[in-house]
Amino acid sequence: MEILMAFVVGILFMTATYLMLSKSLLRIIVGTGILSHGAHLLLLTMGGLKRGAAPLLGENAEAYTDPLPQALILTAIVISFGVTAFFLVLAYRAYQELGTDNLEKMRGTEGNE
Amino acid sequence: MRTTNNVILQTSIKILLFFIVLYSVYIFTAGHYYPGGGFIGGLMTAGAIVLLLIAYDIKTVAKILPVNYRILTAVGLIFAIGTSAGALLFNVPFLTHAFGHVVIPVLGDISLHTATLFDLGVYFVVVGVTMTIIQTIGEDE
Amino acid sequence: MNNLIVLPILIPLLTGAILIFFSKRVMAQRWIATLSSIATIIVSFLIVQKVRSEGIQSLNISSWDAPFGITLVSDMFSSLLVLTTSIIGFVILIYSFKSIGEEREKFYYYAVFNFLLVGVNGAFTTGDIFNLFVFFEVMLMSSYVLLVLGGTKIQLRESIKYLLVNVISSALFVIAVAYLYSVVGTLNMAHVSLRIAEVGQPVIITVIAVLFLVVYGLKGAIFPLYFWMPGSYYAPPIPVLALFGALLTKVGVYSITRTYTLFFYHDAGFTHQLLGILAILSIIVGVIGAIAYWDIKNIVIYNIIVAVGVILYGISVMTPDSLAGSVYYLLHDMIIKAALFLLVGIVIAVTGTSNLKKISGLIKHYPGLAWTFFIAAMALAGIPPLSGFIGKVLIVKGGFEGESYVGAAIVLMSSLLVLFSIMKIFINGFWGEDRSYDVKEKAPVKWLLISPVILVILSALYGLGSEAILPYIYQAAETLSDPSIYIQAVLKE
Repeated sequence: MEILMAFVVGILFMTATYLMLSKSLLRIIVGTGILSHGAHLLLLTMGGLKRGAAPLLGENAEAYTDPLPQALILTAIVISFGVTAFFLVLAYRAYQELGTDNLEKMRGTEGNE
Repeated sequence: MRTTNNVILQTSIKILLFFIVLYSVYIFTAGHYYPGGGFIGGLMTAGAIVLLLIAYDIKTVAKILPVNYRILTAVGLIFAIGTSAGALLFNVPFLTHAFGHVVIPVLGDISLHTATLFDLGVYFVVVGVTMTIIQTIGEDE
Repeated sequence: MNNLIVLPILIPLLTGAILIFFSKRVMAQRWIATLSSIATIIVSFLIVQKVRSEGIQSLNISSWDAPFGITLVSDMFSSLLVLTTSIIGFVILIYSFKSIGEEREKFYYYAVFNFLLVGVNGAFTTGDIFNLFVFFEVMLMSSYVLLVLGGTKIQLRESIKYLLVNVISSALFVIAVAYLYSVVGTLNMAHVSLRIAEVGQPVIITVIAVLFLVVYGLKGAIFPLYFWMPGSYYAPPIPVLALFGALLTKVGVYSITRTYTLFFYHDAGFTHQLLGILAILSIIVGVIGAIAYWDIKNIVIYNIIVAVGVILYGISVMTPDSLAGSVYYLLHDMIIKAALFLLVGIVIAVTGTSNLKKISGLIKHYPGLAWTFFIAAMALAGIPPLSGFIGKVLIVKGGFEGESYVGAAIVLMSSLLVLFSIMKIFINGFWGEDRSYDVKEKAPVKWLLISPVILVILSALYGLGSEAILPYIYQAAETLSDPSIYIQAVLKE
């Protein structure tokens, strides 16, 4: 299972890198979203994939799952949700203001005195 | 702006809205012991409002729900901070929560938890932030 | 248990939430923000005194014992940083009143300002590696908003790049934490340190160490990860720039210091040498940039990179003296960078341009500004008895003790070139022929000058009173060079 997950994470990172290297702003945002998905999946995989009961004292089960990676990715997901939403608003505003979504045209330092 | 006929969506949303909001409240309260909680409940409520936005337009929705979502976010923050800082008054570490059981005639045994207040804050913040973002993009169409 | 140490995080957080209600009433916002910022300074001062008299303070949040819950830890290093942050926050706040503009004030400037302080103070205080990530994100989210607030073209353009760089570095942070968790199985910093010490430092830990260096290096702008900084820092208005320049990069530096002294000190031959080389390269690149540019904002921005290099060089040598020097220099640099940015801001407000070739003869009309700038420049370069001197002496002394002669020599050389780069502003901008400028409205120079003067006086006192301050600095350095003190205070074994 871990091996499979490693491949999935790798593919996600690959896709994210490809998308982030493109010029269109929207593709880049999708790329960052996929990148954080990959990172979250990696975090979950790294915590160990086992099946088991919830780690409560009264459960008396054979195996327990580690709740920490789940708590961590929940936090990370909420954060990346916020950042992605902000990024989208920013991209929209920038598109209105600058008249382009092409990063190539946002280069340089013009406007700096 | 809108030229298509939205009668089906507009009619069904009037009924669906209540179910979605009710379910989001259920998810929120269930989050106490089962999967759910303030974040997902808040997202679902925000989703219901977004559906309303799709069916009607931003002005109509503002008339139906005259809520300033930025203020809502602040209220949520105050709830969350207040609950967690309340621990300071009792000289226990920050964020320590308290809980107890109350027996109410009809509903039976109910467990009360200060974490729910914190979660209510999260609920407000999520609804507030999500709607602020969507309004910002949607406003200047 | 000591709830005192959560207050520097809690007060700005509560203030930020309250300020959202007053978004249209500027005066009320100013008063609330000022009062809360004074309260934060008082509280952080009390924390420093408490740490001085009773040792490291820790707080297990939500009553979960360490290492299971999140722990906040205030040792001398972090409490001094929190105090400095609070002071700088207060000073920049006062400066903002007359320079940020009413439009931004009505658009939640003060609220976001406070949230930024929450992130910075939280990052300095937390004792949990994942919680550090969360506070980083709080800080970054606020910095995105502050950077784009106002929405001019250049701000929007630079915000996108800044955001993209930081989103990637956040993803790398999550990845680094994932690797670390899979190896040591804990997130509490003291516990991580203990576990790594138990297994020695296998190669995988060294890999993680380098990954953390990349993550924090992106925040702290070390060579070769500084590329985003000159562009992004150029865009926002001056108070925001001062806030970023004084605080944000220093959080990256703090995190490198914390992880490299607490976790990854077993294979210093590789990791710390790498850090040392990167630090020296940062100094060189920063100096070249600072000398080459004729734009006063850019000159000071490149000086940030130099300072980061000097501090990290001290950390990489890892002798008690160099660590003390780094701590001392870090605090000095926060104060003096804030002062310089604010002074540069006044120059821009007065002349309407940041191009040094279009400015001259300011000393005739603004002698106060000129001499404050002169003292700040002297302090930056490290002329005794001002504060930059003692930090650099300790770092260089530590460098010679650690037999790292080349690095120490470069640190010394860099002082000279930093002095040159900053004197260039003084000679060209303040001396020379008086000329008239095309400025729409007269800048409130007297009010604006209050903040940098406070900071320059602080810096002078910090240098002159070093006899009294050094015990604090050495206490901070002692915790850094001996991780067992930190571990014992947190886990209480």
